[in-house]
Amino acid sequence: MKYHQVNKSVNRVDAYEKVTGKAKFAADLSFPDMLYAKVLRSRYPHAKINKIEIKRALTFPEVKALLTATDIPNNEFGVIIQNQQVLAKEYVYYIGDGIAVVAAETEEAAERALELIEVDYKELPGIYDPEEASKEKALRVHPELKDNQVIHHLLRKGNVNDGFTKSDIILEREYSTQFIEHSYIEPEAIVAVPYDDNHLITIYGSIQNPFSCQNAVASVLMVSLNKVRIIQNHIGGSFGGKDEVMSAMAARASVLALKTKRPIKMVNSRYESILESYKRHPYKMKYKIGASREGKLLGMEIQCIADSGAYACQTPFVTWRSVVQATGPYSLSNVKTDTYGYYTNNVYTGAMRGYGTPQTIFAQESLMDELAGELNMNPAEIRLKNIYHNNSITASGQKLDNHEVSLEEVIEKAAKESGYYKKYELYKNNKSKPGDIKRGIGMAISFRGCSLGAEAVDAAGAIVAIQKDGSILISSGLAENGQGLKTVLSQIAAEELGVDMKRVIYQELDTSISPDSGSTVASRGTILGGNAIKEAVVKLKSMLLEMMAKKYKMRKDYIIIQDDYLIDRKTEKKLLSFEETVSLAYQEGLCLSAFGWYKAPDISWNEETGQGRPYFTYVYGCQIAEVEVDTGTGKVDLLKMTAAHDVGRAINPACLKGQIYGGVMMGMGYGLMEELETDKGYIKNANFDEYLIPTIKDMPEINPIIVENPDPNGPFGAKSIGEPTLEIGAAAIANAVAQATGKRIRHLPLNLERVLLGYSLSKGGRKK
Amino acid sequence: MNKTKVTFKVNRKQVFLEVGPKERLIDTLRNQLKLTGTKEGCGIGECGACTVILNGEAVHSCLILTGQLEGSEVLTVEGLEIKGKPDPLQQAFIDCNAVQCGFCTPGMLMSAKALLMHNPHPTREEIKTALEGNLCRCTGYEQIIEAIESVAK
Repeated sequence: MKYHQVNKSVNRVDAYEKVTGKAKFAADLSFPDMLYAKVLRSRYPHAKINKIEIKRALTFPEVKALLTATDIPNNEFGVIIQNQQVLAKEYVYYIGDGIAVVAAETEEAAERALELIEVDYKELPGIYDPEEASKEKALRVHPELKDNQVIHHLLRKGNVNDGFTKSDIILEREYSTQFIEHSYIEPEAIVAVPYDDNHLITIYGSIQNPFSCQNAVASVLMVSLNKVRIIQNHIGGSFGGKDEVMSAMAARASVLALKTKRPIKMVNSRYESILESYKRHPYKMKYKIGASREGKLLGMEIQCIADSGAYACQTPFVTWRSVVQATGPYSLSNVKTDTYGYYTNNVYTGAMRGYGTPQTIFAQESLMDELAGELNMNPAEIRLKNIYHNNSITASGQKLDNHEVSLEEVIEKAAKESGYYKKYELYKNNKSKPGDIKRGIGMAISFRGCSLGAEAVDAAGAIVAIQKDGSILISSGLAENGQGLKTVLSQIAAEELGVDMKRVIYQELDTSISPDSGSTVASRGTILGGNAIKEAVVKLKSMLLEMMAKKYKMRKDYIIIQDDYLIDRKTEKKLLSFEETVSLAYQEGLCLSAFGWYKAPDISWNEETGQGRPYFTYVYGCQIAEVEVDTGTGKVDLLKMTAAHDVGRAINPACLKGQIYGGVMMGMGYGLMEELETDKGYIKNANFDEYLIPTIKDMPEINPIIVENPDPNGPFGAKSIGEPTLEIGAAAIANAVAQATGKRIRHLPLNLERVLLGYSLSKGGRKK
Repeated sequence: MNKTKVTFKVNRKQVFLEVGPKERLIDTLRNQLKLTGTKEGCGIGECGACTVILNGEAVHSCLILTGQLEGSEVLTVEGLEIKGKPDPLQQAFIDCNAVQCGFCTPGMLMSAKALLMHNPHPTREEIKTALEGNLCRCTGYEQIIEAIESVAK
């Protein structure tokens, strides 16, 4: 099929605003009479608050309002479990808990007022290790709960002991991963405007998920949803990170705005951002694997423990994705998986690009290489022997029968492009070579369920409105977070309608107008949002074609819209231009606005067995890393990353490559350098001088390979790309480093000390 | 607080301002002059989002005190477009998909512009060196380099 608007690297529709400084991010907005707010955060990771003395702060003439927990109508919120405090009431559970919030005429005055608030704390012992937290007599983070367990998911298939009995080889290994800071370059920002345009409160902000924010604010204010309006436009990166932290910020700003009857602006510094915002979950993972002498997998037993930190946040869903995908894309008759989340007094953890898979993939793909090593097999060979194919049955019992299972294709393409087999053989004899500099090559693969799966309701809506001059406005309930959604959905709308995408403008998301489409997460923007847009366009197209059929006394299906003309399909004669057709439709009184709604195909999950149909389709990827290690210093250079991803259909190849480049770099940070360091709940590296993310100098050569096997459930066959690009890199790097050094490192990140000494040194740093 | 008077050029226009002793250039630009294209990401000169060109050099505007700028010339992202026409570098960022969330983009552009002012034909390594102080979490930098290379030929 020949496409005119999709499958093309058109320029981003929001690029001009962004390169000229015209794009307004939340911190750039100002309103008349606006106040500035700042938050007082805890001094301890765990303490009882005896008293908060605010009198002195209130003597400041510039201070207009000061809130503590007792001023918040409903102080607890949360998407899954409502136990996150807007402001700490009796206890602080982690170092980022807010205690009071001040609104003043200037930001400086608000900051000075914070210093005059006296909090009388009783410091309490805390619990900082999720394994400790899991013990029966462990100190309870939330004393009202019976224990520290947030969630336990399980998956049972076959009989894992039978599998191990039949095995010629059994390996048991433990792996662990670290806290990761999202490191969006824009720190969180909110402006809350009271009593504007019939709304009690209107909120502008760097909000990834406007509808979850709307829900949280309405619930905190104890008002109906239609009184809370969230307008989201430009956001400076999110990667899963600007959700609950933004809800808390929006709620605080809203209460202040209603109290002072003035707009409230809140902007976090980087230090505040890293201190308060949630992180990627650290995991401790125990894997046991059994295989035959020939490398056929016979059983896998997995236990994963996730550190949820002070609040439940998204832990129940993050660990659910882990339980579904923890075996990797390998056919196994016998699987026993348990994933757990536990409360601790560490910084809380939530959604971050990958969402519970980068951890398990690091473990499971490291383990595949360890097994290959024990069996003296090539790592690619052992994978090819066990991967899913069409009609394979997954660990959760799902038959992969509705799309192309392209694992073999992505492996072979990545292997060919990277020269994997040759290099693997070449670097095998590292030990015998002189000098400290050694090279290695390693691969990792994944399958990833698209969209939310059985986590939650999975549907999205869109509105397409053709204006009377033939220009088009589209909107959907999904948000542009920088990934390119506005562009991709504009392309999809134009392609389906048969017009040039220059006609299309994607409007900002406004919860009072846009249909609630859930969250823009789980790499669901293109597949869900695209299907919803298509649905709306199909309705409008049908209406226009019907009108034309009547006018020209032709059959409706003999007319098509192509290149901005309505065309007689048989004679290829142009009947009318798109503008003329639209003008006619207006004169006829037709409604040229349509609503599209797409509900994902049915899925199922049995919590008791971990069996079902957790996702309606999957994407597949393979990344191959080539590294050079200085075994004298422990320095790892990632030379090259080859990344092959089956995305169904590339709607915009340039944007898609952008996702791959960015995901590979984030995966590299995860694998080699990033670690949010905590010491008994205190965060030690709270700015970019100590929390290091990859710079342009750290870049490897990246070779993106786009694989297209159109999916029947995707718009023009398109599926997902955001998260797959990030989830496998660290595992591939770890495997390459293991080949280079001959030593296996089972803990992320693979920084200098771990590569050189085999363990991590504490770097010291700031403590507050 | 004691304010001092300072006169300098911003985007080719003379400005006359009164600033406090601790006022940073980024605050002057964003708050007094309403030039919000310059972004603040870390406040300590590590992320480069606040990069502007001061007297021909790329600097972190979060580390510069405005009171010291008497007689200086500042160029911000808003000054790259001339008479509504994007600078070739801006157009290259659009054409090469060098922009995702766009928050680091103004700083990236200013670092790249300063490089090209000194060295119109930089190598890939020289581009990397010039942009080392600009963090981007979205793009993986590749398409940013491609954009700069496309105007540096």
